[in-house]
Amino acid sequence: MHGLVAIFRKEMANFFVSPVAYAVIAIFLIIVGFFFWANVSLLSVISLQAANNPMFAERINLTDVVIRPLVQNMSIILLFLIPLLTMRLFSEEKKSGTIELLLTYPVNDFGIVMGKFLATLSVLLVMMACTLSFLLIMAPLGSFDMGVFISSYLGIILMGSSFIAMGVFISSMTENQIIAGASSFGAALMFWMISWTSSFTGPTAGTIIRQVSILERLDSFLKGILVVSDVSFFVFFSAVFLFLTFRSIETQRWRG
Amino acid sequence: MIEVIGLTKYYGRFAAVKDVNFQVKAGEIVGFLGPNGAGKTTTMRILTCFTPASSGSVRVSGIDIAHDSMAVRRKIGYLPENVPLYNWMRVRGYLEFVTRAKGVPSSNRNQEIERVSKVVGIEDVQGKMIRWLSKGYRQRLGLAQALIGDPEIIILDEPTIGLDPRQIKEIRNLIKSFALNKTVILSSHILPEVSQICSRVIIINKGSIVAEDSPENLISGSGRTSRIQVSLRAPEHEATNLVQILRGVSSVKVLDPLQDGCSTFSVEAEKNLDVRPILARAIVEKEWELLELRSIDVSLEDVFLDLITEETIESRAEDNTTMGKEVA
Repeated sequence: MHGLVAIFRKEMANFFVSPVAYAVIAIFLIIVGFFFWANVSLLSVISLQAANNPMFAERINLTDVVIRPLVQNMSIILLFLIPLLTMRLFSEEKKSGTIELLLTYPVNDFGIVMGKFLATLSVLLVMMACTLSFLLIMAPLGSFDMGVFISSYLGIILMGSSFIAMGVFISSMTENQIIAGASSFGAALMFWMISWTSSFTGPTAGTIIRQVSILERLDSFLKGILVVSDVSFFVFFSAVFLFLTFRSIETQRWRG
Repeated sequence: MIEVIGLTKYYGRFAAVKDVNFQVKAGEIVGFLGPNGAGKTTTMRILTCFTPASSGSVRVSGIDIAHDSMAVRRKIGYLPENVPLYNWMRVRGYLEFVTRAKGVPSSNRNQEIERVSKVVGIEDVQGKMIRWLSKGYRQRLGLAQALIGDPEIIILDEPTIGLDPRQIKEIRNLIKSFALNKTVILSSHILPEVSQICSRVIIINKGSIVAEDSPENLISGSGRTSRIQVSLRAPEHEATNLVQILRGVSSVKVLDPLQDGCSTFSVEAEKNLDVRPILARAIVEKEWELLELRSIDVSLEDVFLDLITEETIESRAEDNTTMGKEVA
């Protein structure tokens, strides 16, 4: 446990001493802020047009026009940015040789992997916490469904943790950060896009593909529904990749 | 303290370490000596629980490293060859990280950092970025992290490599100073270093131990202890023949071929037998001019080269093929 804490603190320091975390968080907030502004502007235009159509006006709300598209955009931006956070986690240590010392300290491999994973997850949480300021801006604009907001954020964080776990695993397999980053990005994109193929792959394959698609899994969260299978999908997804990282470290010990 | 039995490590089909056996008693300073690629680093990596052995067992204070690696890791402080440190950290922050990773209780952390910093002399660079430290200070910081948590065993892989002569001397004295109450294993290919610091030397070549003894015993136990260099003005062939038949002389080698009728020989004789008087008399009787006659001490270097020479040509070819693997 002391090992996990030590690694966690070291990784947090690495994120926030170097400008990495600040840069990634700033870029995320700029892009998300742009989408938020665009969505709110769109809302005001639609509201004006709907002024003489009461039936239509009833169906316009912040949840559908602002929150849902915003969270969808966030998930795509995170898909790009999370590999940038995870790519150096193990590759840097392998390249500089510090992994040799780390693996001879009285810290178990579980502590090392979890420390790195949780530190990156914390950066994601900081990033998401910054976007809560949108709530303050939206509050005077009208009412919105708080439940959808919360479940969407939960979905984003679960999805983010899956990408982080996958990124940690890929980073543990190479000492080249660029390769780690590109592969993590590619892999995340694959899990994202795979559902597009389900329409022409036949019923059986289509069902399986939809099951592993992150895009489909995020849908229920955006509707404000917490489905056990979707929540557990992300948790399981993360757990599998963390376990694989654990094994990857072990095989590297054997290879020396 | 440390018992190594039948240790073998394969990297693919390449055996980096083959059936190595040795023991280290508490309080000893043992030097691993061998050419690059001999298996020194691999052996150390196994002892420090970085990499598991393919076969064989290692016991540290009676604990098998394969069974309770955590307990063993707590007893060992390790400094790898190229001193891997986190360049983006400050010295103090790094030491704090190490105390945390090694599980030093939070109440003792500052005290432990101060103690270790004092031992290795890095009190005045605590606030510096590791990236900007000089090579000598990096090495000290490397030693500091090994000493944190007060482990009983210190394993140092090439602790003085790449330092200037003054720094080498400082690091050597440091090692000697903290070695008083610790068991130290260090590897080196610098021979004087090993003979100065270590109480025992293990010479390793191509993954196997070729000799193991104190530096003094290795030198005196070597088959060619007494060696004499002699320069004289005489016909080379005749002189060689004369010296060769003297009692106690085992071999004669021409060092400098004839120059102005003067040549230099290296004469090797049985140990504990001074052949100089006999040699001098024989030369004078022939009425040759004796220009120089002196005995040469056999150094650890000679012993080392002797032990590994027969395999050098072979191993050099192998070194070339495994160079990229960086397994030493």
